[in-house]
Amino acid sequence: MIATEPAFVPAGSRRSGIPWGYAVMVAVGLAAPFLVYPVFAMNVLCLALFASAFNLLLGYSGLLSFGHAAFLGAAGYVTLETIRRWGLPVELAILVGTVVAALLGMLFGVLAIRRSGIYFAMITLGFAQVVYFLVLQMPWTGGEDGLQGVARGKLLGIVSLQGNLAMYYFVYAVFLAGFWIIHRTIHSPFGHVLRAIRENEPRAISLGYDVDRYKLLAFVISAALSGLAGSMKALVFQSATLTDVHWHRSGAVVLMTLLGGMGTPMGPSVGALLVTALENYLASYGSWVAVLTGCVFIICVLAFRRGIVGELGALVRRSF
Amino acid sequence: MPDDVVLETRKLTKEFHGFVAVNGVDLRIRRGAIHALIGPNGAGKTTVFNLLTRFLPATSGTVIYRGEDITQLRPAAVARRGLVRSFQISAVFPKLTVLENVRVALLRGLGTSFHFWRGQKSLGVLDGRALELLAAVDLDAYAHTITVELPYGRKRALELATTLALEPEVLLLDEPTAGMGREDVGLVVALIQKISAGRTILMVEHNLPVVADLCDTITVLARGSVLAEGNYAEVSRDPAVLEAYIGAEP
Ligand SMILES: Nc1ncnc2c1ncn2[C@@H]1O[C@H](COP(=O)(O)OP(=O)(O)OP(=O)(O)O)[C@@H](O)[C@H]1O
Ligand SMILES: [Mg+2]
Repeated sequence: MIATEPAFVPAGSRRSGIPWGYAVMVAVGLAAPFLVYPVFAMNVLCLALFASAFNLLLGYSGLLSFGHAAFLGAAGYVTLETIRRWGLPVELAILVGTVVAALLGMLFGVLAIRRSGIYFAMITLGFAQVVYFLVLQMPWTGGEDGLQGVARGKLLGIVSLQGNLAMYYFVYAVFLAGFWIIHRTIHSPFGHVLRAIRENEPRAISLGYDVDRYKLLAFVISAALSGLAGSMKALVFQSATLTDVHWHRSGAVVLMTLLGGMGTPMGPSVGALLVTALENYLASYGSWVAVLTGCVFIICVLAFRRGIVGELGALVRRSF
Repeated sequence: MPDDVVLETRKLTKEFHGFVAVNGVDLRIRRGAIHALIGPNGAGKTTVFNLLTRFLPATSGTVIYRGEDITQLRPAAVARRGLVRSFQISAVFPKLTVLENVRVALLRGLGTSFHFWRGQKSLGVLDGRALELLAAVDLDAYAHTITVELPYGRKRALELATTLALEPEVLLLDEPTAGMGREDVGLVVALIQKISAGRTILMVEHNLPVVADLCDTITVLARGSVLAEGNYAEVSRDPAVLEAYIGAEP
């Protein structure tokens, strides 16, 4: 679906490169569970969707949120809890998780959107810390242990998701849908206004746009899709844990986005793959992981300022 | 004749931490006029623009536009009523193409600016009008250039085209010829003359020959207060004005 969508040629990809990137992405995604451990691939897809949703804010609206883990994590808890306690069907549980993240995003947004730059980042971080605290303290979230061992259930009541292959293709379909929504948003009239606001906010105001409302909508869409990613991730691991609401996660998504290339459609996904692979690969080094990822990050940012996909895009443009 | 006045300020005042940048300014801009606001650097001209368009809240005083008190509106709401400003430094969207710049302004009229599900092709209907506006400022050949690559004079022309896309009733131009070569100045003057038909223009301008050329009425601002008002001949003979401009060109 994405590989044949012609609308991506005009605006967005001009800055970021490579239409065939989409084709490669679709092909790799289809083959992935036969090439790598499926749970790893699913984890990458969920984080890739999360980073892409984050990129909608940072890359296309110019807003740096430092609290996005709240949406990812909270949605995961909500999805699993609605399955466990109320026996909600899995699709509905995912939807509820997503909606809760959107509402949370609305709340964060309304209170933070008038601030800009570092103040915006600080306020979102503050709210995310409140969410972390609530998750830790509330009776139903399992405290330090989180929610564990929740069954994945059956898709539409028919297809069992207990097997990793079935689950993988479900996650993959959701990822593509989320990615497509982001793509649509970037190339919509709304996305056009967002880009204008990022480029020159006072000018957008002087043209009659209430910029706060546009930023708020972007924030809510980003929060909702982050929630969708979080719901899927919790379902994949059949558990919701504090790591996904922790501020480390908010930091990791900034890292993924910058590493892959902010403001490029594919960059965050590439970044998510790299960071997750690195963490997995380095897991045996224990607490050195953070230091090593940090070093890789510094080297990459120094070497590729536009991120990996951004640099690739520039390379392709130069050679034509 | 009060209904002949489209924009009026009463005792408009702005203080920045005790420093009075605009001090009890009374302005009356007649409908259809090209009105100049001049004065030495730091006189408060840009601040007056910011107050008129609500980019800054006034400390006291009122702004009345088409008989309505707009002192408490949000800046975007002021723009939607047809009182549109330009900026002292060129205000474009640098990474968008020239055409896309104008489209941003036209897009609001479609009423789809919140539609995040709609395709970009839906904006194609704006291209005809956008190209027309670009042609009016001789930019149609650059429609697909990334704006940041335009020379400065052309960026200002693009800014005008974008502003005109809103069909503003009152145009506030902050130093439209600043930083331009002689040739570009001539073009902009001709352009302003052209667009002034059916509109009111209030402009800040340091280039006095341009002011003499274009403007019916001139208000001189110095240290936040109105020093003199009248046509060019009257104002340029005013001793208070000459004193305020000591060191500047006559
Ligand atoms: N946001 C602000 N905070 C504090 N002081 C300000 C602010 N904006 C303007 N001023 C001060 O108010 C005075 C008037 O500034 P303004 O920019 O309105 O002058 P101007 O007439 O437009 O000058 P120029 O011809 O240089 O553009 C200046 O002394 C300036 O330093
Ligand atoms: Mg000024």
